Amino acid sequence: MSSYTDHLGRPLVAVTGIGMVTSLGVGKQDNWEALTSGRSGIRKITRFPVDHLNTQISGMVDFLTSSSQGASPLTFELADTAAVEAIGESGLSLDDFGGPLYLASPPVELDWRDRMSLYHDGKGENAAARIAQAARSLPTLDVFETAQFGSIADRLAEKFGTRGLPITLSTACASGATAIQLGVEAIRRGEADRALSIGADGSATAEALIRFSLLSALSTNNGDPEKASKPFSKDRDGFVLAEGSAALVLESLESAVARGATILGILQGCGERADDFHRTRSKPDGSPAIAAVRAALADAGLDEDGISYVNAHGTSTPENDKMEHLSLSTVFGERMRKIPVSSNKSMIGHTLSAAGAIEAAFSLLTIRDGVIPPTINYDHPDPAIDMDVVPNVKRSADVATVLSNSFGFGGQNTCLVMAREPR
Amino acid sequence: MSARDVVITGIGLVSCLGEGPDTHWAALTSENAEPIVDSERFAPYTVHPLPAMDWNLQIAKRGDQRQMETWQRLGTYCAGLALDDAGIKGDEALCASMDMVVAAGGGERDEAVDADILAASTARNDREVLLNEKLTTDLRPTLFLAQLSNLLAGNISIVHKVTGSSRTFMGEEGAGVAAVETAAARIRSGQSNHVLVGGSFQTEHSDMLLGYELGGFLHRGPWKPVWQRAASEGGGVVTGSGGAFLVLESRDHAEKRGRAGYAKIDSIVSDRIKRSKTHLEAGIAKLLEGANLPSGQLLALSGASGAHAATAAEKAALESLSGIAVRGFGSRTGHLKEAQFPFAVALAAMAVQRGSGYPAFDSAVEKAYAGAPEQALATAIGYHVFEGAALLSRAA
Repeated sequence: MSSYTDHLGRPLVAVTGIGMVTSLGVGKQDNWEALTSGRSGIRKITRFPVDHLNTQISGMVDFLTSSSQGASPLTFELADTAAVEAIGESGLSLDDFGGPLYLASPPVELDWRDRMSLYHDGKGENAAARIAQAARSLPTLDVFETAQFGSIADRLAEKFGTRGLPITLSTACASGATAIQLGVEAIRRGEADRALSIGADGSATAEALIRFSLLSALSTNNGDPEKASKPFSKDRDGFVLAEGSAALVLESLESAVARGATILGILQGCGERADDFHRTRSKPDGSPAIAAVRAALADAGLDEDGISYVNAHGTSTPENDKMEHLSLSTVFGERMRKIPVSSNKSMIGHTLSAAGAIEAAFSLLTIRDGVIPPTINYDHPDPAIDMDVVPNVKRSADVATVLSNSFGFGGQNTCLVMAREPR
Repeated sequence: MSARDVVITGIGLVSCLGEGPDTHWAALTSENAEPIVDSERFAPYTVHPLPAMDWNLQIAKRGDQRQMETWQRLGTYCAGLALDDAGIKGDEALCASMDMVVAAGGGERDEAVDADILAASTARNDREVLLNEKLTTDLRPTLFLAQLSNLLAGNISIVHKVTGSSRTFMGEEGAGVAAVETAAARIRSGQSNHVLVGGSFQTEHSDMLLGYELGGFLHRGPWKPVWQRAASEGGGVVTGSGGAFLVLESRDHAEKRGRAGYAKIDSIVSDRIKRSKTHLEAGIAKLLEGANLPSGQLLALSGASGAHAATAAEKAALESLSGIAVRGFGSRTGHLKEAQFPFAVALAAMAVQRGSGYPAFDSAVEKAYAGAPEQALATAIGYHVFEGAALLSRAA
């Protein structure tokens, strides 16, 4: 084993650039300061009217140019902004990145404003005919691009000069982690020395909110938005829909060291396992999530004693937090009471396709600074979840390794292990 | 030969021609077959419709069928066919350790609810409030998941118990290319032993046609073969409903199960050609150079969509290579979007396995091919972006 390969002889994968946007702000400095101060980014929704909606709060990103222009433009700007910061930090070229792009982003659909406008402009005997007639007459490809699944990655690939066919992916709420996993795997296969992995989600539309409401997944704590996301609390009542993005520049440690880059951390292991039980619920024994955590540990070459801190998926839904505790306590046993666990979602809400990437980014900052961000709103602990959730206030700690969990609808379970640069 | 060679050991196909490799082989080798199209239901557009389906054959529980829109049901069905074909279906251990990469679109919305909202919107100035009002009361709670991209893979896990891993790629034809390419790379490198990979597309929904027509890509007027639409009204694409799933395995893994396989994947190439700056024909030619094409006669299963610029460029690039006999299967199945590349790979594998080519699907344009193919090429040049090709050879 050379210092550039892991326990299986594969290239070690370093992180050399991090960028992010959440409802707490643009850039990792502002985000990290807010997150470690226990500040919430959850607000009352102002982007659209909330009449008739059960949930009227969110963690939207309302301060970008395209914040009010629809899901596709905003998702692009979120991804773009995070990528500029990450590549900038890595010192690599901003227009000739030279490695593949993996983008986790929400499935696209034609925006309702465009749908209505086509309907009003078109002629035909029914809605579909009217819309199609107007679609044929559109003067540009702008609306077309917003409804193509590959467009955002295509534009990012063009701008940053990434290599080859960019991959856009979705593993629901695990997407951001999968984007990182794909980058790690490509570098391990020797296909690339570097990869750009991004998770971005600007899809908090009224319809998205309604869809999750209909599945009873969202908190309805409209009166006190900053208190609504309360992972691991007894009175948790759902997640808070949110937007954001994070980008990581991944590089083989060898090539990063060779060009003198600053190593921000190591992406040491990835694990996944699909659940075949139900579309939205986990297998009652937690076995798929347990298998995903164990696969990530094994991939990282660590045993149960090798993890210093868990960055939880921690959505604040009754089901997720219960199952996540079951999985973690099964894998780590008695020690689980002593391993600090916190949920970034208590402050930034659930950023869906971006969550896995944002939380990986925060995990790396946790290692770098030796500061564990808290789980806020932890006022009424769930007695069935006996964990050290780093309640309400950040904590200083020497964190050598982090396990970051991502679980999603459709039986998606993906876990990442990050570590300090080996000395 | 190497233990890490990537062999195709299972194929699951559905298109307007029917289902399964044998039915497709029979349909595609029958000369002068009339195209199976419906030009009425979505006029002025023509589609190649789904054949009659008995979903029960691959999705045993009615409850599962009800949780999916047609596209998901179709993909789950094709995945079942492929697993069956590979002798993996129902084998708990093999399914539990099997990886999966699905190329997916999604967004089969409730057309009646949307039409109702649009009709009401003409009389209202507060359209955003109208949306909240209608969507809150009229949307079926389960529809979100039934049309959600990664839930095709999710349903395959539930119905067929494939749970090693589950990844969904999005992005039209490119998603299909990347899915097969990634699956093959994982096997070659030892990251996977066996992978289920593929996609499906159900075009008989106004939003699925609209996805193309927002860019003016659909062909209008009388049906024509894929290479002959340039002078017709519209953009040249005629779509179809269908799906293609493949079981890919390492040679070692397949042989230990006593499976010879249809074909071996020699190489897969993909690109994002800068079509605004590069001559697409030259870009495709360069892409194919990377696939190490053999000299002499070569059968090419082309996924050409009919989109004017992309199809003309692909035709020119392929014709510049002497000895290539092109078969544009879009003339028979329609364009299957995310499933187009897996479908092309499946047809190429079938020809190699049987040692026989397909007759011309359009005898006015496509050259005769009388050889016994040792190798075959599969292509998917995106109607708008992204390109891919695979070269296959005999499995043994």
